[in-house]
Amino acid sequence: MQLQPAALTETGTAICTLCIFLVPLTAAGLALVNTGFGRSRSAAHSLLSAMCVFAVAALVYLMIGFAFQGYIGRPAHLLSIGGRQWNLLGADRWMMRGIVFDGSSVSLVACLQLFCVALAAIIPLGTGADRWKLGPSCASAALLAGITYPIFAHWVWGGGWLAQLGGMASCGSGAIDAGGAGVIQAVGGLSALSIAWILGPRHSKYESSGMAIPGHNMVMVLFGCALMMVGWLGLDSAGALLFAGASVNSLVLIAANNVITSSASLVTALIVTRVRYTKPDASIGANGFVIGLVSISGACSLVSPVEAAAIGMVAGLLVPFSVEWLDRLGFDDPTGAISVYALGGIWGVIATGAFAQGRPGQWLAQAAMLSALLGFVLPVTYCLNLLLNRVYPQRIGKDGERQGLDMSELGAGAYPELAQVTKDYLFR
Amino acid sequence: MKAAGLFLLFAGLAIVLSAFVLLSSTSPRAAFVFAGIAIQILGLFLTFRAHYTPAEER
Repeated sequence: MQLQPAALTETGTAICTLCIFLVPLTAAGLALVNTGFGRSRSAAHSLLSAMCVFAVAALVYLMIGFAFQGYIGRPAHLLSIGGRQWNLLGADRWMMRGIVFDGSSVSLVACLQLFCVALAAIIPLGTGADRWKLGPSCASAALLAGITYPIFAHWVWGGGWLAQLGGMASCGSGAIDAGGAGVIQAVGGLSALSIAWILGPRHSKYESSGMAIPGHNMVMVLFGCALMMVGWLGLDSAGALLFAGASVNSLVLIAANNVITSSASLVTALIVTRVRYTKPDASIGANGFVIGLVSISGACSLVSPVEAAAIGMVAGLLVPFSVEWLDRLGFDDPTGAISVYALGGIWGVIATGAFAQGRPGQWLAQAAMLSALLGFVLPVTYCLNLLLNRVYPQRIGKDGERQGLDMSELGAGAYPELAQVTKDYLFR
Repeated sequence: MKAAGLFLLFAGLAIVLSAFVLLSSTSPRAAFVFAGIAIQILGLFLTFRAHYTPAEER
């Protein structure tokens, strides 16, 4: 079975373009979520970091990322084993030369990917909140956008070996990831895990009382979730049209599945927190809402609304326990990005194999995708960031962290009228 | 321990890749894929363990 690029009608192209235009709202929402979960003294830094990381990731992806990712039918590096040609790496031209931005499917993919790679790069910012310097976070985003993301995206979306498993190994339709549960969210989440390991916890996080450090603005977090919902509808719809062979008619199902999964996930997470902590928890609720969106991304156009609800309920069960477990282990993740994006993305990959019907062997292709995430994305991201940390230390000094990243890195706070800045800073 | 964990993560992927390249029937291939992922879970556990700091030392 030969892989074919998406063939969109004129209407399909117009709708896909409109969906792509919604995707930046996801990045904006994520930036707000990251900022709200952080401390007020690092708020401006957090939003500026998101913008800078967005810009760096998009530029690096333009320069080298797309050349490695490519698309189905574009030049690629092949490895011949046992008479079969395995597609390993894109071999497109640097700087996206050779792509005519005329509404062709490859131009839509390139445009969508500029946003997707930026979204994946913003995810780890939440984990590194209050202690990750601006320059190193941009350098880390460049590594993600130039190496890890495009290689893995090529395997799944660019006609690479994971996509070929359908035709070459009779595993369903090959690895499916319509909206990027694995390619965007899990890659970003595993990068967040690497960053948590490298940076270590915030000072005072595990000192004194051992209380959680609360986010400074839950309104910002919850509004960010609402923005993400709108962006996610565009992301999943455009992804399904371009990467999963969905038709324009199936966009209604995608929208319904997104709403149902996030609702089921939110309600489940709130019930769990209500039972465990006697009151519903707003931060876990926000994470429950987003993990629902993350987990349905992979199979958004392939499952029924009832199955979407089941996927959401499992996701909603996962997030409170995962957040608590990581905290007990001493991994400081202020936004819960590891639980939401890494675990949620992995659950999305598995759920696609479990629920996508009429594709015998699909679960094996999804298992291979999971294995590639754990065996390629995580170690490579970790090693690259570890090397980066050796040449360009990523963590701010103790005084800078106590002062807040706004003052120590930017020289001005986000809320000057609300905070009296003196030389005596409190830890909390 | 950290290096061993990362190595196991990669080794698990190598086993999964080998299963798809070398085996043709579904059952042995599935067994190899599960074995590869099990090794990766072990690698993940070791990597987590390497970064874990006991509560009293934090």
